[in-house]
Amino acid sequence: MDIDVKKIANLSRIRLTDDEATELAPQLNSIMGYIDKLSEVNTDGVPPTAHPHDVAMPQRADIVTNTDCRDALQKPAPRTESGLYVVPKVIE
Amino acid sequence: MSWEVVIGLEVHCQINTKTKAFCGCSTEFGAEPNSQTCPVCLGMPGQLPVLNDEAARKTILTGLAINANINLESKFDRKNYFYPDLPKGYQISQFAVPIVEGGYIDIPTKNGEKRLGVTRIHMEEDAGKSMHEGLDAVSHIDLNRSGIPLMEIVSEPDMRSADEAIAYLKQLHQIIKFLGVSDADMEKGQFRCDANVSVRRPGEPFGTRTEMKNMNSFRFIKQAIEFEVLRQIEIIEDGGEVKQESRLWDSVKNESRSMRSKEEAHDYRYFPEPDLPPLRVTQEEVDAIKAGMPELPNQLRKRFETEFGLSAYDADVLTQTQSLAQWYEALVAAHPANPKQCANWLANELLGRLKELGKDITESPVSAQALASLLDRIADNTISGKIAKDVLDAMMESGKDVDTIIDEKGLKQVSDTGAIDAMIQEVLDANPEQVEAYKGGQDRLFGFFVGQVMKASKGKANPAMVNQRLKELLG
Repeated sequence: MDIDVKKIANLSRIRLTDDEATELAPQLNSIMGYIDKLSEVNTDGVPPTAHPHDVAMPQRADIVTNTDCRDALQKPAPRTESGLYVVPKVIE
Repeated sequence: MSWEVVIGLEVHCQINTKTKAFCGCSTEFGAEPNSQTCPVCLGMPGQLPVLNDEAARKTILTGLAINANINLESKFDRKNYFYPDLPKGYQISQFAVPIVEGGYIDIPTKNGEKRLGVTRIHMEEDAGKSMHEGLDAVSHIDLNRSGIPLMEIVSEPDMRSADEAIAYLKQLHQIIKFLGVSDADMEKGQFRCDANVSVRRPGEPFGTRTEMKNMNSFRFIKQAIEFEVLRQIEIIEDGGEVKQESRLWDSVKNESRSMRSKEEAHDYRYFPEPDLPPLRVTQEEVDAIKAGMPELPNQLRKRFETEFGLSAYDADVLTQTQSLAQWYEALVAAHPANPKQCANWLANELLGRLKELGKDITESPVSAQALASLLDRIADNTISGKIAKDVLDAMMESGKDVDTIIDEKGLKQVSDTGAIDAMIQEVLDANPEQVEAYKGGQDRLFGFFVGQVMKASKGKANPAMVNQRLKELLG
């Protein structure tokens, strides 16, 4: 399998130089090759594993437990205004 | 040769829980921006989601209402994309194994009922809200909506016209409201729709489809589908090819435009959500949810037709909402003699007056009991149906009961033979020429006399008695 490193990087919002992409391509391909080894195992009749632990999901009751901690939560934000996060312009 | 339209619909519906899907933040609408957030729904590192059991219960209930299978084990996956209103960089959704699969909804058509398939319903979480208006180089982000539970209801490509698509959506909307699983307020975006539209020659394989995104009004959805169908046919008839893409409906310009930026982002790289083990429910739990299911609109419509002899139209009008159906049943219980008359007075008279006041049935100043006693007074000939409409006006305005209004306004119907005879005699004496003409064979004048007598009585004379006495007195 040949990985399109630039495309993956773009989807992940990671900026790569051409040199970095060239360097990473064989490394990622060898990881994929390693994972490909798994397909050598015969899994006929084995249900797909959804989770490594065989536990059912714990659930919570529909009760409000959180209070407004906006001031504390917004402290690490680079920029806020009237309680809103301010980010570089994004629009369709 | 004609074209066949093929439509499939995806509905995103906000589940009306008190808290978000995976954290204990409130979902209340209209709060201060970002005041209902926590480290989980803000995507802080190391936080773990815990599913809201009410979101699961309501999704299962919806699945049962559309005759679907409930997967006793379902799974959550991550749908990865970058957008500032999605702080985690992924949306928790159900991709490989949704909780609900394979149901259907029946819609009425000119050729009888048509069954439309529902492929699946899965749970997922909503994103936050971005605001761009009036801002120059920046966008504002409110994450109160981030993590609110949604159901995505995906249909089969079974609709063959915009009208069928709207019928499906209205039916689904009504079922959801009856179940109480969502407020489904379209203006608040709690029930929004993506439409996949393609055209083909009948009998041929599906054509290339486009996806009309994020519409929240039945009218716009219909317009958008009709526009898209014509656009595609024009492209093909001009020798072109339809391009698979997402499009956005502009309800001001009445046209759609391509959302090119969305295309590349369509590689969502789904993978199993490692923070959530499989969701398991037992058949007993599913059965218990089923046992608590309310009567659905279709069942209610059919029952109103058979039990109360209503027309399909009246049954449809009176089952638009649960509260209206309950109001009607309370009215019939209080005035059981004539369920059809109850339907007429509720659907035509009361709802009409409420509409003028901008109110719905739950805000009616006249109770079902009060309207029943008005119908009782028509039935026992105290007032005529015509006068009853005036009495209803007065009841709406003053809130007084029927008998008080009839007494105060002196509206009691005159059924006393002596009084009616006196009024008739007065009319006959005042119109000797018409009497001559009638006796000379002009039968049509009978209606004139009835009208004159009713007028003289200010509408209070018992019309049946007026008819009978007039015939006798005119010989």
